[in-house]
Amino acid sequence: MAQITFIEHDGTEHSVDAKLGSSLMLAAVSNGIPGIDADCGGSCSCATCHVFVHSEWQDRVGEMNLTEEAMLSLSPDRKENSRLSCQIQVTEELDGLIVETPEFQF
Amino acid sequence: MSEVIAQEHKQSKWSMVGKDPYSMPIEEIDLSHPGIWQANQFLPFLERLRKEDPVHFCRESAVGPYWSVMKYKDIMEVDTTPDIYSSEPTIGIVDTFEEFTLPSFIAMDRPKHDEQRRIAQPVVAPVNLKNLEELIRKRVCRILDNLPLEKEFDWVKNVSVELTTQMLATLFDFPFKDRYKLTYWSDMATAIPGGGLAKSQAERWEAIEECLAYFTRLWNKRIKEDPGFDLVSMLAHGEATRQMPPEEYLGNIILLIVGGNDTTRNSITGGVVALNEFPEQYEKLRANHEHIPNMVSEIIRWQTPLAYMRRTATKDTELRGKEIKAGDKVVMWYVSGNRDEETIVRADEFIIDRPNARKHLSFGFGIHRCMGNRLAEMQLRILWEEVMNRFHTVEVVGAPERVYSSFIKGYTRLPVKLHSL
Repeated sequence: MAQITFIEHDGTEHSVDAKLGSSLMLAAVSNGIPGIDADCGGSCSCATCHVFVHSEWQDRVGEMNLTEEAMLSLSPDRKENSRLSCQIQVTEELDGLIVETPEFQF
Repeated sequence: MSEVIAQEHKQSKWSMVGKDPYSMPIEEIDLSHPGIWQANQFLPFLERLRKEDPVHFCRESAVGPYWSVMKYKDIMEVDTTPDIYSSEPTIGIVDTFEEFTLPSFIAMDRPKHDEQRRIAQPVVAPVNLKNLEELIRKRVCRILDNLPLEKEFDWVKNVSVELTTQMLATLFDFPFKDRYKLTYWSDMATAIPGGGLAKSQAERWEAIEECLAYFTRLWNKRIKEDPGFDLVSMLAHGEATRQMPPEEYLGNIILLIVGGNDTTRNSITGGVVALNEFPEQYEKLRANHEHIPNMVSEIIRWQTPLAYMRRTATKDTELRGKEIKAGDKVVMWYVSGNRDEETIVRADEFIIDRPNARKHLSFGFGIHRCMGNRLAEMQLRILWEEVMNRFHTVEVVGAPERVYSSFIKGYTRLPVKLHSL
């Protein structure tokens, strides 16, 4: 298990114990975290599981592949620390990870 | 109009209307002809293909040979592999005629698609929509408050078309008094000559030219003004779009008109049809209006306002064991994937509190996923909130009439009667 904190747009914090090996998106959805829609179910093809990774964790969440880059590049809310949470795998190394969810998924 | 259609059925050797979907030779099944769509006979054809030949090759049809992809997972694969399954030269089942090609980003591949889409996308982003919600609600209320009670009228004309037209006018900052032109151009852009809406190709052309002239005037006006948040201003001032040739501008305008018009219009009507076909769901909704947001997704799945999107293979490839050759037409039947029991349980049923209702194919997936999805959902949500606040039942009192198209899956007429709370 790894402890992950999701911070909503209005500042509400949720900490969950995420299963190792699952995606960050699944950890959010299975724990009922608001603000993650994940319409495509984890295929990196809808961009509705968008999160912002806190700066100190950015190096540890893994590289983005071309598909994720393509989906995110179409989002008007995209920031430098944007990621699709279905593409981040939960590992022991991510214990303590903090991400923010955007005001809207689009 | 029904005469035209009857004649068409008699004349066309391609129509599947009246054929038995289960006993006819499977290779002869052709979903591209509009007949079974208008006659509402398509479901058993889809079911048979999903079961017996889910990646189906139709060798002969009025639109030439093409592949039909029927299952949810296969559609997902095609939709998310844009390098093999290209959106160029067109996303319609009919190959474009030389003289009638209007380029728009729905029918473009990367990188041009991405550049142009990025310009138009912010106008329908949720943050912008939040500012529109109040205006949309006001317009919805005005439309609903003017409807007659206990008296038959056409829901399509008086609610679905009216609301989507007003919405488009808002998004383009289009002169409100001329807003019906938008609907007319949208209808003409997708109409099949002789199919009821447009008498001839010439009539379509005339409408398209009028549309171009009108929007060129708007462009010339907006470009002299400061950048605004309407779509025309965004295109006129956007770095990737301000140099676009006129036919590309027109192509994108028509894309946005059609995209925001037919689809939402037919989901607005489809919701009424669905609730009348499944009265226990209507009862559930009356008991708890909080089902509305989920019901909106379920309406969009159940209706599937665009039946398919077409791709063209860029190289030889394989799908479910079938060999697809470079240049082949590949049609993803969203309407079939949305009824695929392997992915969606009790798929033919309309269930307003269906779990995972958002996971439908109607918006497509991947880089071409519907840009206006949040706007569509918001319009439907507000409409149903206000309908439920006013009426006990929107009762369907006559047979719905459907669009003559295998692409636009919708209604031309729906007679209803309103019963107050």
